[in-house]
Amino acid sequence: MFLALRDLRFARGRFALMGIVVGLIAVLAVLLTGLANGLVNDGVSALRTMPATHLAFEPGVQGNLFSRSSVDPAEARRWSQVPGVREATPYGNTLAHAKEAHTGKDVDIAVFGVEPGSFLAPEPDTGRPLEAGTDGVLVSRKLTDEGIKVGDTLVVERSEVRLPVVGTVGDASYGHVAGVYAPLKTWQRIQYGLPGEPPAAAFEVATAIALDGEPGSGAPDAQVLSVEESYGHSPGYTAEQSTMKMIQFFLYVISMFVVGAFFVVWTVQRKDEIALVRALGGSVGYLVRDAVAQVLVVLVSATVAGAALGAGLVALIMSTAPAMPIALVPGPIVTAMALLIALGVLGAVAALRKITSTDPLLALGGNR
Amino acid sequence: MTATVTTTGLALDGVTLEYGSGDTLVTALDEVTLTVEPGQFVAVVGPSGSGKSSLLAVAGALIHPTRGRVRIADVEVSGTKARDLAELRRTRIGYVFQSGNLPASLPVRDQLLLVPHLSGRITADARAYADELLEAVGLTAKAGRRPHELSGGERQRVGLARALMNRPAVLLADEPTAALDRRRAREIVALLAEQSHRRGAATVMVTHDTELLDSADRVVHMRDGRLE
Repeated sequence: MFLALRDLRFARGRFALMGIVVGLIAVLAVLLTGLANGLVNDGVSALRTMPATHLAFEPGVQGNLFSRSSVDPAEARRWSQVPGVREATPYGNTLAHAKEAHTGKDVDIAVFGVEPGSFLAPEPDTGRPLEAGTDGVLVSRKLTDEGIKVGDTLVVERSEVRLPVVGTVGDASYGHVAGVYAPLKTWQRIQYGLPGEPPAAAFEVATAIALDGEPGSGAPDAQVLSVEESYGHSPGYTAEQSTMKMIQFFLYVISMFVVGAFFVVWTVQRKDEIALVRALGGSVGYLVRDAVAQVLVVLVSATVAGAALGAGLVALIMSTAPAMPIALVPGPIVTAMALLIALGVLGAVAALRKITSTDPLLALGGNR
Repeated sequence: MTATVTTTGLALDGVTLEYGSGDTLVTALDEVTLTVEPGQFVAVVGPSGSGKSSLLAVAGALIHPTRGRVRIADVEVSGTKARDLAELRRTRIGYVFQSGNLPASLPVRDQLLLVPHLSGRITADARAYADELLEAVGLTAKAGRRPHELSGGERQRVGLARALMNRPAVLLADEPTAALDRRRAREIVALLAEQSHRRGAATVMVTHDTELLDSADRVVHMRDGRLE
């Protein structure tokens, strides 16, 4: 790095500009990973935290399975006999509007119906767990952030089912709507949708059977999806994720070209120096190692600085605007940094070709 | 990199260099034969396009001649692979280029230390030798300056010191006075002659300036690729 470091010091203005651009791209990349993860959390955290591995939906139904599928909860018994399945329990999922009984505050909720005591029933962070024969519900973080607390009562519109809040759980959103865990019978009354006592048939409905373990042969007729596969059936999930992916893809492509273009121009500017080193007997390998080291110094320092700034911004947004769907997840940030660096080096490879093609004869000036 | 004392400096024997083919064939060097003993300072004089730079390119192991033999110190250049040519340039040949050809980012001492760095690493020996050479060309006080802070003459003296860094058997100077005024040009040529004598390098300077030849041990004229 004899030349690389001295060139960095000498042309620090040019390299600083380049570093700032790469750093800002890193900031944006980190914000985008934060946003992508925030959106995933906001979209499907209720599915992510679900202890089940698979969901058995109604056969033949297409489109948004969570709103269209309807199965008989009694099938859970048959599913639990299927080889590979350790446990099976009915699962209900429906979107609803509710008002808080005293304040009149309007909330959108995603109601998850689970059998109290089953493996799907969540452990509350505060308050009591779900209890059969009651309408007591557990509310997730999004609702507690909005001021709903244990002791409040949510009144579901249309069905007028009253849901006393008995406990709270952490992140459990579905389709960007706050999740509420209710006993399956309560969920079935909400799903029925009319006031008063529903007919007996209304209690023979669930959205899917949640399975712990992958079902083997002899399973009942059903569409079995892993829980991860089911994310795509939550509202907006696929569209959001593909939008984010596309933005990230273009960001990486832009960064690759910016870095590549800079180093091509830079290498052209130092053509005389390269010809000189080759005339003095320096090998192409020497020049390439030197140049790659230089690219790495610029990329790594700019990316690390940018990512740190980006992470700071995400943390700031999380603490000042909790409603914004953004999350600080180290894994994707490290991946984004590695990608920026790797693609930058790839872009700079174009410049390396200029090194190998430089003729040492250029060092001899004028006529030959 | 020990001091090279050889019986032969530079020997070109019937060297012909051609570019292109057919109608576009250009003969840059035509049956050139030239021997330079260690410590001898030969000036090659000729107008632009006479083949002076081609002579240096061949003598400096930058290109193979089309025909003929080139020997540098005790090494036969003909048939040597490109990788070995580069090593030959690193270890046996010193170049002084037009207007110095100094990378802008390197301070004066680093211009010299670049040479041992190309061969691996910079030893304490190399550092001491760099300081000795800087003193010899009178630039000790400016060892930390960058090229843009130097005058044309100073730049050329740095170029000369750098060319001597690898204790070359053959020292080649390509129009070293092109960018200099009369007085500084004379100083540089005198310094080049002095150093080549003192350090035993077979030295070839090409120039189109016929007024700078008093220091040369031998003057050769070149025209249309031939020595006269």
